[in-house]
Amino acid sequence: MTNTKNQTSNVRSSVAAALAAAMLAGCATSGNPKDPIEGVNRAVFTFNETVDKAVLKPVAQGYEYVMPQPVQTGVLNFFSNIADVWISVNNLVQGKPADALSDVGRVVVNSTVGILGLFDVATGMGLEKHEEDFGQTLGRWGVGDGAYLVLPIFGPRTLRDAGGLAVDIFGDPIMYIDSSEVRYTAVGVRAVSDRASFLKAESAIDAAALDKYAYVRDAYLQRRQSLIHDGNPPRDKYYPSLDVTENILDVTPTESTWALMFVGAPASANVDTDASPAAAEIEVASH
Amino acid sequence: MFKRIFQLLLLSFALNAGAQASVDTSTPDALVKDVTEEVLATLRTDPSIKAGDVKKAAALVETSVLPHFNFTRMTALAVGREWRTATDEQKKQLTDEFRTLLVRTYSNALTSFRNQTVEYRPFKMAPTDTDVTVRTQIVQPGGRPIPIDYALEKQDAGWKVYDVMVAGVSLVTNYRETFAAEMRTGGVDGLVKSLHAKNTTTTAAK
Repeated sequence: MTNTKNQTSNVRSSVAAALAAAMLAGCATSGNPKDPIEGVNRAVFTFNETVDKAVLKPVAQGYEYVMPQPVQTGVLNFFSNIADVWISVNNLVQGKPADALSDVGRVVVNSTVGILGLFDVATGMGLEKHEEDFGQTLGRWGVGDGAYLVLPIFGPRTLRDAGGLAVDIFGDPIMYIDSSEVRYTAVGVRAVSDRASFLKAESAIDAAALDKYAYVRDAYLQRRQSLIHDGNPPRDKYYPSLDVTENILDVTPTESTWALMFVGAPASANVDTDASPAAAEIEVASH
Repeated sequence: MFKRIFQLLLLSFALNAGAQASVDTSTPDALVKDVTEEVLATLRTDPSIKAGDVKKAAALVETSVLPHFNFTRMTALAVGREWRTATDEQKKQLTDEFRTLLVRTYSNALTSFRNQTVEYRPFKMAPTDTDVTVRTQIVQPGGRPIPIDYALEKQDAGWKVYDVMVAGVSLVTNYRETFAAEMRTGGVDGLVKSLHAKNTTTTAAK
């Protein structure tokens, strides 16, 4: 108990230290319009890496070492099945009733034939797994990214996705388990299982990135655009011909930093296909 | 999530390989498929790569994958507008270093290949198209499929890959911001230097 308290206070003071460092570093931002609080974000990123290295990663490594692969797969499937409930709701409110219905079908099939979700039978039957969350739903509704944020523990988000996360927690069936012991255990096992599933890739990202913080940030932002568009984001803007290749940082942003931070780019930014690269970079989903 | 995506991203690049002789370069989808299958075949029969032999993986990438990539275009896209003002010597240095970085990372990722298989999504193009995207996905036991898209352009020498997107993340454009930041502080030469330093560290770590 004392130990736990000590750890908690250690974590607290680390957060405090990180934030203090961030305030100091906050002025030294590189001027990326998508990342107006880069200094703070970098500090939280470092904090998250430290916590991961100290706690989550070792636990995940132990889990991977001890658990046979079929068990690990079963655990992933189990939580994936529960998640399909909320995914279905998101597809429905995004105006994709067919996908929503397919998600319900997945839950029905996997919960029964798939033995409480331990086996993903539905995918084999042609009911494809979707990946949706409330941040994507907001994006679909036309809400802009907003500023890039690194949340403590939760990691990369945009302002919009951070709002989405709050709703996702509300929509997470696990949170409605009565027994707090079972609930916390479920959350913990899910976190470890998720973490273990990407252990192998770490050396690759370390090898690839010149600046890990920026690499993760830019990948997150691209990934979210892709997800909001269900894998078909507007592509042309990625590859302007060489003559007109512009870098977003060389273009005067059309939005002020604060406008970006709170509302993101206007939803109309991607209507005009000849939009400037700046507009293309900060564009949001609007269809 | 990202780490897994990146592993597959790197893996996919390396998967896009194969002996050139038997590769059908007349259509982009055939090219992607032939090259991928060749690499998969090599991986299945060569246990040393699975065992972590990065050098061997690098050799596979070097001989099989690289001929089908347009590294100059990739580097130009990652560097952005500074590319236009760079000297020929700088362009060459940038391309060499970027290429080394990519090859190293992919070779590294190849060694973590296990039981994944690759599926090819339906592909359509008009005969006049010169810039297309071929969609595939990596299917892995216990995980959901990861989409891998290859962007190809038609050249005199046949179709060449100029970008790979894994789960929607473009390998090339993902470097843009980092490169831009490097060039703001140290210019093009500063970026070359940083890339070179990174490549040397990666070597030392192996």
